[in-house]
Parts: sequence; structure tokens; C-alpha cells
Amino acid sequence: MRGRPSLQSAPMLEREQVLHVAKLARLQLDEAELRTMAVELSAVLDHVDRIRELDLADVEPTSHAVDLAGVMRADEPMPCLDRDAVLAAAPEPVDGGFGVPSPGPSDE
Amino acid sequence: MTELIELTAAEAVAKIRARELGAGELFEAYRERAAADELNAYTWVADAAPDPVPGHDAPLAGVPVAVKDLFCTIGVPSQAGSKILEGYRPPYTATVVDKLLTAGSTLLGKTNQDEFAMGSSNENSAFGPVLNPWDRRRVPGGSSGGSAAAVVAGIAPWAIGTDTGGSIRQPAALCGIVGMKPTYGACSRYGMIAFASSLDQAGPLTRDVTDAALLLSHMVGHDPQDSTSIALPEPITVPTAEDLTGVRLGIPEELLSGGEDGTGIEPGVRQSFEAALKLAEGLGATVDTCRLPHAPHALSAYYLIAPAEASANLARYDGVRYGLRVAGDADLKTMYERTRGEGFGPEVKRRIMLGTYALSSGYYDAYYGTAQKVRTKIAEDFAAVFAEFDFVVTPTSPWTAFELGAKTADPLAMYFNDFCTVPMSLTGIPAISIPSGLSDGLPVGLQLAGSAFSENRLLNAAYALERAIGFDARGARA
Repeated sequence: MRGRPSLQSAPMLEREQVLHVAKLARLQLDEAELRTMAVELSAVLDHVDRIRELDLADVEPTSHAVDLAGVMRADEPMPCLDRDAVLAAAPEPVDGGFGVPSPGPSDE
Repeated sequence: MTELIELTAAEAVAKIRARELGAGELFEAYRERAAADELNAYTWVADAAPDPVPGHDAPLAGVPVAVKDLFCTIGVPSQAGSKILEGYRPPYTATVVDKLLTAGSTLLGKTNQDEFAMGSSNENSAFGPVLNPWDRRRVPGGSSGGSAAAVVAGIAPWAIGTDTGGSIRQPAALCGIVGMKPTYGACSRYGMIAFASSLDQAGPLTRDVTDAALLLSHMVGHDPQDSTSIALPEPITVPTAEDLTGVRLGIPEELLSGGEDGTGIEPGVRQSFEAALKLAEGLGATVDTCRLPHAPHALSAYYLIAPAEASANLARYDGVRYGLRVAGDADLKTMYERTRGEGFGPEVKRRIMLGTYALSSGYYDAYYGTAQKVRTKIAEDFAAVFAEFDFVVTPTSPWTAFELGAKTADPLAMYFNDFCTVPMSLTGIPAISIPSGLSDGLPVGLQLAGSAFSENRLLNAAYALERAIGFDARGARA
């Protein structure tokens, strides 16, 4: 599943691939979602795959429509948002910070 | 009261400034209508007019504006149509909204939208779909569907939205109003809840071109809070052109022929489009075909670039700093996964998955890298066309408003709504949609696109055409 996609047409995504991508995206999907996701993503990938038929050798990529590079601002301290106002939106503010559950076991 | 609703926003501004109308009276007339909204166009409506209402001498004279939910507004619900931002009231206000309020507009309400602006039917909202006022069994378009429906139904004088691949122009077309996406960078993105950062742009949704120019003129400008924002070379001015003498219109074969994958332009849309071209010729414009050879690949490039950027932007919704948390007794990673699994709707999940896949190890060059090269080719196509033509003209949407549910089962079919609008987004150029007429009682949109920073020329051409077309939207106001 780590292999590069075929150049002809995108293969149907396997359940394991969908699970792997969902894990990368930290997204819990139920069984029904996993099934429809495999079909729908495969259909979209099959379509977008056509751009790889184009001859794009020596073409520079465009990451932004407007050519702006190295925009810098003056390095001056400025007031930031009020801590209490920010924490008011948090699900679990704890001692002036964001509370989170225990990290649990590592992935690897 | 009914007469008040019939005023365009610019007319209302003029009347208030001439002291023939009170800003408070106008606000209350709209507030009452917005509070009684049956189209599900609003997610939140102001309780009362601000006190004091901005003065007669303010440029926007207290004329209220409806704001797409995804613009952060201090203390006011701002959820981008998503359950994952349930209850979120931001501690700050988006620059664009701030500028409008500074110019003397007032916040009427927040409008419904596709979740995180992902969609072109407004059916992907955690608040439920918006109904099209021309026919309530049909979609208003999206993602700025609430803004478009509110404006044409006369429950907002004007509104703002955002356009990533067509999200202002397409709902404007399907609702029979004017919608404009300015040059990328013209409006600050600060405080706009992000979808795809290299494409997202704010813009006006209004009853006519004059209103669009007036509203846009108070939205644009460089903002130190958004390093991609730029100052336009000249201020936006109210259009006055009476004809199109010497204006060269290019009709891109590739977008008009369609045909592939059901992208063909509907016959009624084509008729309305051709009638508008005739009117343009009558006004002195020349009309010729032009070529955008890579435009048919724009949609593919867009559906790699936008989801890729979205997958990164939406990583911030993790149940820690704002909005929904679904935890139980779970550890941190499980809390992330459950929160995101429950908080995001199906279309947002689909795009996060697509974007994550396209950016994952071993696929990045094949997908994201290739899509960015296609973007270069499309920009080169447009540059070649603008050497010979002033504007590219297409139907905004290949079809008129479709029935609710008609395309929800097939994401790819839904994506084709944006076939004619996405190429301009990838290139960052300005484009405007104006109503060109009705087809079977439903509005048809006409899109004009110009080179970067051509906003004033574009608004003038749209204004001249608008007057020749003489579209009447009163059929949508119950």
C-alpha cells in the first residue's frame, strides 16, 4: 500500500488504505463510512488522475496565485488576545491553560 | 415596509444620508424579516439594532449586512456551518467584517453555508439546507447559499460570502443576484475560518452591480494580519459605463463545449448565455471564441489542491481549544479521533481524507505537485487570452438550481457545479456573476472574468450588461 499509484488509472482503495489515511487524519470512521469512503474516494481519484496524462516536464509549480515572497513584518511586540477570552471558548480550561486527557500509549 | 425592502442597498444608503430614511427603521424592517426567515438562510439574527446606529454621515450609513457564518465576529456564534465549532463565539472579529462595521454598516445576522465552505448546494450544513426562494424544493447553490438566498428574498439588503472554487459566484447565479470574487489577496483572510488558504477570497453578494462595487470598496485593502493580502492599485469605484464599446469578450471553447462526465451546459442556460452575448454585441462589444486548453483539467487540480490545504487547515479542530469535544474516558488520541469523527460532516470528512491521501508519503509529487503544475499551465492559458481579450465570459453554472438531494449521492457529479468557476480561482483572477435571465422560471448566471486587479473594468462591463439585461428578481421575494 505504500507503492506509488499506477499511471493508468487509480486503483480501488482497499479498506486498509482507507483506515491508514483515517489514522493519519485522526478521524474515527465507522464501518459504513469506511465502505462508502473507499468507493467515493476511488471515484474522485480516478477522475483527478487524468491530470497525470499531461506533459508537465519543466513546468514550475504554482503554490499561490499572487506572486508574493518573503513578506516580513516589523518585529515589534503587540498586544495579543486576552487569555480569559480565549479560554472561555475551550472545552476544558485548566489553571489558565487548555486541559487535555492523558496522552495514553504511543502509536508505534 | 415593502417599499423599504425594494430599495437596493446603495439606494438605502443614499436615502439615509439624505435623511429621508432612518437607519434604525431600515435595520428593524430587515431584522423582523430575518427573524421570520423560512428559508433557513440565517444561523443567527441580531436581537436589536446597535445602539447608537451609525450616523447619516458614515459611508455605509447604518445599512445592515448579512455575514456568512465562517467570518469570525466577536461574541457572535461563528461555526462555519459545522458541528465541530458548536457554541463557538470568537474573541475577535474578521478584518473584512471589521472594515464594514467601521464604514458604518451593521451586523444583521450570520448566514448558513456548506460546512467549512465545502459544497455547492448548501446541503452540507450542520444547520440543515437552505431553500432557494425561487422554488423551495431546490438548492440555493453554495457554499455561500444562505447569503445568496437572503439577498434575493429581501431578508438582507446585501451580504458577504467567500469563494474558494465558486462559492460566491455559483449561489449568486442560482439565486439570481450579483456575486463577485475579487483578485486573490484583495480582501484580508484574517478571521475567515479557513478552507483552502491559497484560494479563499471574500466578496460581496448583492442585488445589483452598483451594490457589489459599493460593498467591495469597503472590504478591500492590505491587512498586516494577512501577509497574502495586497493593496489594489486603485480604489474600487461605483460603475457608470453605459456601453461596451471596444470591449473584447472571449468565449472559451473548452468550458462551453463540456460534454464530458455530464458537464454539458444545460440548453436553457446556453440560450440565456447566447442572448446575453447578443446584448453585449449590441452595446458595442466584440465576441470571439478563445482557448483555455488546460481549463478542463482545472477541476481535477482543484480537487487535489483544495482538499490538501483543507486537510492541513482543519487539523486544528481537535477538541482542545474551541468547539466540540467528545472524550468520555478516552486518552488524548482517541479523543481527537472521536471529536473529529462526530464533529465533521460527510463531505468534510471526504475532503480531509482526500487531502490527507494526496499529501501522504509517496503520493505528494504525483498528486499535489502535479496539480500545482497544472495551476501554472492554466494561469499561462489565461495570460495568453488576456493579451487579446478584455474578459473571459461563460455561464457561471452549467445548470440552474437543482432539486434538494438530486446530487448528494454522487460527490463527483456535485463537484461539476464548479466546472466554469474553478479555473479563475486557481489563477487568482477576479470574476463576477450577474443574472442573465430565467430558464423555466429559474435564474441563470453569467460570469465575466478579467486579469488580476481589473475589478473596476469588470464592474463597469457587468454594470452596462446588467442594464441591458434588465433582470427582475421580484419573483423571489414573497
